[in-house]
Amino acid sequence: MEYGLDLEYSFNEFLKGFGLSSEIAHIIWLPLPMLLVLVAAVVGVLVTVWLERKISAAAQQRIGPEYAGALGVLQPIADGLKLLVKEDIIPAKADGILFTAGPILVLIPVILSWLIVPFGQNLLISNVGIGIFLWIALSSIQPIGLLMSGYASNNKYSLLGGLRAAAQSISYEIPLALSVLAIVLMTNSLSTIDIVNQQSGAGILSWNIWRQPVGFIVFWICALAECERLPFDLPEAEEELVAGYQTEYAGMKFALFYLGSYINLILSALLVSILYLGGWGFPIPVELIAKFLNLPINAPFIQVFTASIGIVMTVLKAYLLVFIAILLRWTTPRVRIDQLLDLGWKFLLPISLANLLITAGLKLAFPQFFGG
Amino acid sequence: MSIAITTQFICFTVLSLVVITGALGVVLLESIVYSAFLLGGVFMSVAGLYLLLNASFVAAAQVLVYVGAVNVLIIFAIMLVNKKEDLKPINDIKSRRIISTSICLTLLSLLIRVDLTNVWSLSSPQTSIGEESTIRIGEHLFSDYLLPFEVASVLLLMAMIGAIVLARRDVMSKDISTGLPVDQELIEKSSEPLLTNKN
Repeated sequence: MEYGLDLEYSFNEFLKGFGLSSEIAHIIWLPLPMLLVLVAAVVGVLVTVWLERKISAAAQQRIGPEYAGALGVLQPIADGLKLLVKEDIIPAKADGILFTAGPILVLIPVILSWLIVPFGQNLLISNVGIGIFLWIALSSIQPIGLLMSGYASNNKYSLLGGLRAAAQSISYEIPLALSVLAIVLMTNSLSTIDIVNQQSGAGILSWNIWRQPVGFIVFWICALAECERLPFDLPEAEEELVAGYQTEYAGMKFALFYLGSYINLILSALLVSILYLGGWGFPIPVELIAKFLNLPINAPFIQVFTASIGIVMTVLKAYLLVFIAILLRWTTPRVRIDQLLDLGWKFLLPISLANLLITAGLKLAFPQFFGG
Repeated sequence: MSIAITTQFICFTVLSLVVITGALGVVLLESIVYSAFLLGGVFMSVAGLYLLLNASFVAAAQVLVYVGAVNVLIIFAIMLVNKKEDLKPINDIKSRRIISTSICLTLLSLLIRVDLTNVWSLSSPQTSIGEESTIRIGEHLFSDYLLPFEVASVLLLMAMIGAIVLARRDVMSKDISTGLPVDQELIEKSSEPLLTNKN
């Protein structure tokens, strides 16, 4: 790849300068992007928790956290520390092995999915060919962890919560996958890099949201349902089920659920911005600006500048969507379980099928606009 | 041995061990819930083996279909009928176990024989198509494997319609398990009265 930064190549060359073989250099390189993304995900969770507290406070005309750091920015760290030092309780009649394995199984697929999130042309852990399909496959593992923790808690509310979570997750995965399929149809590739590049032609005008408005809305609703955010937080509906599958959990195991749900929210927002809002693309193409200012696009400082603009744009778009999700959570009532399943199976599924069919037809009719 | 080959060998050993012990656990464990969860682990490890063979699309499809759909449905069904009582003891359990073990061992010996007699090495050295495989699978599904593909989907449709007919009470006039006439009014209503008569 000529265009764009290639950090891996320069890092390997740098290590080879010390006389290391290329294999050793590769092994030293491998954990670095993973650690970086893991840290980014956790920091993202801290920011989201703080935003959630502040925005919910504003929605209810309160001030929210204020004393832990300026504007309460240290509040999420205090929350995390509290969970870290809390006693780890396994209920006496619970199933110890499954009770411990449940939260881990919920968290791991979510973190693994960060493998395919690109922040720039070469700024992702691995550009696997199956790209977005990997995310769909991984997110289907989560219900097993939820069922496992619901069953192992030996509590009827937990079991009901786990069953609800699995039912919800299964029914919303289908419209989600179908609306992704419409995007893949236009891109001719499953790779997230190709999906973003396909939208980068004319800045904001070529983003997929204009070509796939129905798919965008269906995907966003399904993503919220997969994250179990209000209005779809039935698995942990506190008035009905205490806290659903989380009822018996405390300390670090509860923190894993908490972390998992927020990482999943950020991941969904990132994927919406990649699939529909042009990913790392600036609303006006950076190449055009560079040409306008007579700057060479391949000069190192321009490369670093465009890469940082890419990261900022991806994060900005994702956090705009997180903001909308938080606003939705604090302003909408919860749907009932029958309304939830009705919405999934009788409304979103037919609509996303029709969207797929229309996209295929438009692709045949106008190949220059819908990917030939 | 280079690092890549060593890693591959370690992964293969671990995955095969997990597949074998997991599969034995699925069959031999007393608790049906553990069996169901172990089955998910076996499916995952099989997906890992596909990954080692450079078939990433097949691996992801394995996870999506077998773990995400089949195994979740199995666990779901187990939990919906979750009863804490023990199963009834069967009188001739020993002879049944002997018969099933011998059938399984026969199958195993057949598989081992196929493994030993078949020539596994390819005649011409083929380069792995890797990421291209998604496109190739699509081409095959819509050309020479079109009929099996469509037959499978018709089969699934039939199973789905059958399940809906069995589950909906307003299609049948009698309850299948009890033989009582069904209540056409409320689907959610219990078929037996909730409160028994007090006197």
